[in-house]
Amino acid sequence: MLSTFYQVGALSLPVIALTGTFIGMVLAVQSYVQFHAIGLDSHLGVVINSTLVKELGPVLAATMLAGRVGGAMAAVLGTMRVTEQIDALTAMGSDPIHYLVVPRFLACILLIPALTVMADFMGIIGGYCYSVIILGIDHAAYLLHSRDGVAVFDLFSGVFKSIFFGAIIAVVSCYQGFNCEPGAEGVGKAATSAFVYSFVLILAVDLFLTIVLNSVYYSFFPNDSSFL
Amino acid sequence: MTQELDSGAESLSSRIPDQPLIQTRELTVAFHHQDVLKDVSVSIKRGQTVAVIGESGCGKTVFMKSLVGLIKPTTGDVLFDGRSLQDIQFGELTETRRRFGFVFQNAALFDSMSVFDNIAFPLVQQAIVSTEEIRERVLQHLAEVGLPMEVAHRQPAQLSGGMRKRVGLARALILRPEVVVYDEPTTGLDPIMSDVINELMLDTRRRYPVTSIIVTHDMRTARKVADRVLMFYPRSRLTPEDNQVIYDGPPSELEHAEDRRVRQFVHGEAGERMNELLQAINE
Repeated sequence: MLSTFYQVGALSLPVIALTGTFIGMVLAVQSYVQFHAIGLDSHLGVVINSTLVKELGPVLAATMLAGRVGGAMAAVLGTMRVTEQIDALTAMGSDPIHYLVVPRFLACILLIPALTVMADFMGIIGGYCYSVIILGIDHAAYLLHSRDGVAVFDLFSGVFKSIFFGAIIAVVSCYQGFNCEPGAEGVGKAATSAFVYSFVLILAVDLFLTIVLNSVYYSFFPNDSSFL
Repeated sequence: MTQELDSGAESLSSRIPDQPLIQTRELTVAFHHQDVLKDVSVSIKRGQTVAVIGESGCGKTVFMKSLVGLIKPTTGDVLFDGRSLQDIQFGELTETRRRFGFVFQNAALFDSMSVFDNIAFPLVQQAIVSTEEIRERVLQHLAEVGLPMEVAHRQPAQLSGGMRKRVGLARALILRPEVVVYDEPTTGLDPIMSDVINELMLDTRRRYPVTSIIVTHDMRTARKVADRVLMFYPRSRLTPEDNQVIYDGPPSELEHAEDRRVRQFVHGEAGERMNELLQAINE
């Protein structure tokens, strides 16, 4: 169990932190031209932070996890299926679902919120650094406007969605691994399918949850336009 | 603790004489609407050592996996100790499986665990013995299959084929099962190591009161270890009325079997099979 948590959580941290930083910087690069043209350079942080916390952070963390962990899960379980290790577990009176799937599922749903927060944080830092150091935006103004751009509900919605993404990665990857076709080609196909199906489902569920969460928010705060 | 581990042996002593330990009743298994096994009815008595032979694709492994519920019958039934595996609950099926020891074709050792942890796995899962006793039993079983203590700390990937099979056998025997099922135990091994495995199977039978089922292509194994041989024939080459088990008897009679297909298999002769294959290609 602990080794699964280590694989999913600790070993994913560097790559998620790094990609989060770059995404924050890319957002700064892409948004700067438009914001500079209308003289709103110092408001760059609003769009960077809010995009990251609401959407890009959770989706990015989930995508990286699907690629790094989901593919590996499907490959490991697929190899275990092909080499009869799963049959061996069953034959010895163990429940493969309990022994192989439950720890992976728990690791994914419990650790993805932390990885999402890390992606958000590093993206915000990356965006700030690029905007202030490279683009020369005044750091006090940047911080002042950034602070207003992200509400607590934004952070909550991102983290909430990430739990579903974690569940999708675990279920899809374990399913692909358990139903792996024979041979090396079967294992490769299972790993690829795990990532592709997870990614498509993550985006579809993201759309659905965003619509639901927006509806929930506006049912509580009908006059608030800051969430848009 | 030892008492619990010896439950298999105890149940053997309290058994009903002549009642088959394992029985299949019109067992049929189909994959994608194609029958691999069709109406196979076989009884295996306690203490027997049965070799299941037959050419590749005849359903030997499917038959073997059906016996422990790893493959569910499409129709028909498998009975263990008089009870149908179809009728028992999941928990009871799990308990039933623990009365089996399974030696897989490529050993199926868990890659992520050391040899020690692999052998200890069934004991650890059951949580019925102390850590010290687990250690003792693992080392004892390693010694029984002729492996030195140093091997215990190696990873499965560091072992030769013969060593892997012996570790697989040690793991299968650690719970002192009533039935040991061997899936092609000598495939891929050199003749010397094949005979070592044969001797270990005989030694296991001498040491423990087990019923053994050996799925094999190796006629030397069948002759040396088994006291009964079942030969399966591929369903696809039989008519619906034909029995899929084309030989059921002692290994000594294999040479003189009435069925020509049995004699051909025993002597490793292609016979008309070569013509059939060429005909299939031309069609």
